[in-house]
Amino acid sequence: MGKRLAGIFWSLLFLAVPVLGVATFAIAPAYDYWLPKDVSEHGASIDSLFYFILALTGVVFVVTEVLLFWFMWKYDAAKQKGEATYIQGSHTLEVVWTIIPAATLLFLAIYQMNAWADVKMRRPAMSPTVEVVGRQFEWRLRYPGRDGTLGTADDLFLVNDLHLPIDEDVLVQLKSMDVLHSFFLPNVRIKQDAVPGMKIPVWFKAREAGEFDIVCAELCGWGHYKMKGRVTFEPRAAFDAWLERKYAEQGATQPPPEAADVAAAE
Amino acid sequence: MTPPPVTATPAVEHGTVVGHAHGHAPKAGLSHFLSTYVFSKDHKVIGLQFLFSTLLWFLIGGLLALAVRWQVAWPWSDVPVIGKLFAQEGGQMSPEFYTMLFTMHASVMIFLVIIPILAGAFGNFLIPLMIGADDMAFPTLNMLSYWFMWPAFFFFGASFFVEGGAASGGWTSYPTLSTNPASSPASGMGQTMWLLGLTMVGVSSMLGSVNYMTTIILMRAPGMTMFRLPMTIWAMFITAILQAFALPVLTAAGFMQLSDRMLGTGFFSPEGNVVNNAIAGAGGGQPLLWQHLFWFYSHPAVYIMILPAMGMVSDILTVFARKPLFGYRPMVYSIAGIAGLGFIVWGHHMFMSGMNPALGITFMVSTMMIALPSAVKTFNWLGTLWGGKIQFTTSMLFALSFVSMFIIGGLSGIFMAATPVDIFIHDTYFIVAHFHYVLFAGTAMGVWAAIYFWFPKMFGRTMNEFWGKVHFFLTFIFLNGTFFTMHILGAVGFPRRLADAYHYETFHHLQPMNAFMTYCAIGMVATQVIFAANFIYSMFWGPLAGRNPWNANTLEWTAPSPPGHGNFDYQPIVHRGPYEYSVPGVEKDHLMQTDPPNAAAAAAAAAH
Ligand code: HEM
Ligand SMILES: [Cu+2]
Ligand SMILES: [Cu+2]
Repeated sequence: MGKRLAGIFWSLLFLAVPVLGVATFAIAPAYDYWLPKDVSEHGASIDSLFYFILALTGVVFVVTEVLLFWFMWKYDAAKQKGEATYIQGSHTLEVVWTIIPAATLLFLAIYQMNAWADVKMRRPAMSPTVEVVGRQFEWRLRYPGRDGTLGTADDLFLVNDLHLPIDEDVLVQLKSMDVLHSFFLPNVRIKQDAVPGMKIPVWFKAREAGEFDIVCAELCGWGHYKMKGRVTFEPRAAFDAWLERKYAEQGATQPPPEAADVAAAE
Repeated sequence: MTPPPVTATPAVEHGTVVGHAHGHAPKAGLSHFLSTYVFSKDHKVIGLQFLFSTLLWFLIGGLLALAVRWQVAWPWSDVPVIGKLFAQEGGQMSPEFYTMLFTMHASVMIFLVIIPILAGAFGNFLIPLMIGADDMAFPTLNMLSYWFMWPAFFFFGASFFVEGGAASGGWTSYPTLSTNPASSPASGMGQTMWLLGLTMVGVSSMLGSVNYMTTIILMRAPGMTMFRLPMTIWAMFITAILQAFALPVLTAAGFMQLSDRMLGTGFFSPEGNVVNNAIAGAGGGQPLLWQHLFWFYSHPAVYIMILPAMGMVSDILTVFARKPLFGYRPMVYSIAGIAGLGFIVWGHHMFMSGMNPALGITFMVSTMMIALPSAVKTFNWLGTLWGGKIQFTTSMLFALSFVSMFIIGGLSGIFMAATPVDIFIHDTYFIVAHFHYVLFAGTAMGVWAAIYFWFPKMFGRTMNEFWGKVHFFLTFIFLNGTFFTMHILGAVGFPRRLADAYHYETFHHLQPMNAFMTYCAIGMVATQVIFAANFIYSMFWGPLAGRNPWNANTLEWTAPSPPGHGNFDYQPIVHRGPYEYSVPGVEKDHLMQTDPPNAAAAAAAAAH
């Protein structure tokens, strides 16, 4: 009897895994412990893929964990009268549980490709809106200035305070001066490492105005945690006005000290 | 020498040193002590040396983890107890120190604990015993494989005390942070020692793996065909192959990084790289090259860190379900499949690295497919339990939890394999959740299952079951409290490796959850005191176990507990596979691999 109680106890402990696991995921969003607000155009497709995989793996998770619980419950030695079933496998079952997951996984891989290509491969034909350069431990920004071309005398230099227009494609040219960094915009579902010696294009379209975090997501040294920037999305007119204002400010203090550094990183 | 009849196997062994196949004349004094316990060439002693060393490092790694958790939960608050030891600002931890802590936590756990405890401790102890050999093929190499760990212990351990502290570039050690001493205070001597330590671990692993392959191929007992090998041995065998093919790449990459740092080459630094206003090295290289080389080893290495545990768990499940393994051959093929595919998925660690995104698609497909053999294994474990007669021993509970937890770790892998989703979750706590579910909740729990299971063979005594179950229960609860919530943090995008993330608006509200996780982590580490006490007590005062306390089938259980030098007191002859449990018509519910066929027939006849 004591043995059987033990069996019940342990099976229920294992049943707690799917129960509490699902509960955790169900409750978390209510406390805002969940995907942060998305203001990008492509983000919805990433989020829906996340939910799709969550649903799929959720079902597999619950089914397998409940089976595990059920077998522990049912086949407890303290409950079994006879011998264990002598069976060495089943060819049919092996085929079934190989083919079905294989097909599902392959489908899952193919299903991702379009979204990935949108974010990382189908680069819009335009010149960079801004150049973002990672440097221990700040984000250095360079706007092309009035001539629209980066690398000319009228470039505008800023640090950590990124502004971008909404409702149009923007192209960020991402570089690093020193070590790896990663340009992470949680609210835009964008992440891209900045690599010394490489110019990496990053593009997206914001649909909503607002001010959000720029996070460094790749270890870049002791100050990694404080490598924080802010991105402000605003309508084109406001963005242009902001640019003009910054431009005038910079004109008053030309040349900014960063200019030489950034040029060295070319 | 004629083999004694099977039934003559005594239930309890008195004089424990029985096997004298080598007939050693007793030597006296210090040299005897040294050659028996220190520079021993006996695979069992070497296995135990690995076990004790890695368990000690496990403790150190666990304490490092607690310090990491402290900072994540309560950044910049005074660290209790040890805060005074390194206090610069009155007991609070500096970000440099935090960075070093998580780097060394991961490095210690991966290179000094998980890899050597599986291959070094269990591989060594079990391979000859389970295949019916008297020792490894190359006992001297085997001894060296242990002693090469000591320089690694030294380099890792001593690096904490050099100027600038131990390595702080993450366990992945990405250039140019790791190659340019100007980029971080710890990128000096500490990083060099890290690389040297890593190389030594590599030498040790290589010596071991050559030995394991040779031993398994050449030294199996008569009748032990490849398809009669227990899963543990199959897993160790394939792991050894993985090691042998992947490791040279890491070793070469390590030397390239050393050369970048010390000889001024530029394998991993591009032209004109400026770090902290200092021009770095010769240039002309590529930071991504390191990532490719590193992951070409380290992805296979994550399987090196789990396949042996899968093998051992498979065996333990059959013993305590009293059932044959469901789908033996599919289990073997899926291990081989994991190993094969394991060489073509490394790019999934580099989806965001700047690697050509088209390549990302290829790696996504191969990575998705590697979840397949893992799924097949899980289904077969469930099949093994189905219709069984399950005994809830401590060892079995750990083995069952391996299955339960591996499901979580395997499924979270699918999120990250999906490249678009990985854009958001890469380098967040979602990844941290994933690898702790496979490595801690998976492998470490599997290792505990194995320790409770083979302890009687190692020391001739069994561990205390009651305290074993308490240990299991608390570990199981606390580990899920610590790690499951990490998935949620990851869903918010909470980045890993940040000394303080709460100044970000996005992550500001996550502190209470992190505090909860830290409480659980403290509980989890504290629980291990129970394990340590049980382990040490049982070594000396536990109940004597006899040869085959679990009524298992494999060869090690025919040897005395603990086996003497040379292992077996007679040459085992193998008549069948390792999983003949509950064979219909046979009176006792298990047929050992050595039970002669006529004994089985006689038993069957007697039953009628
Ligand atoms: C079901 C099969 C698995 C799949 C599909 C899978 C997939 C992945 C992917 C895509 C990543 C990279 C995530 C990122 O950085 O964005 C990853 C990371 C990782 N995986 Fe797995 N994985 C699987 C099983 C395992 C197993 C069995 C282990 C270890 C025993 C493991 C250990 C790790 C580790 C340690 C990392 C993180 C390394 C780091 O960045 O520090 N994985 N996995
Ligand atoms: Cu950073
Ligand atoms: Cu991997």
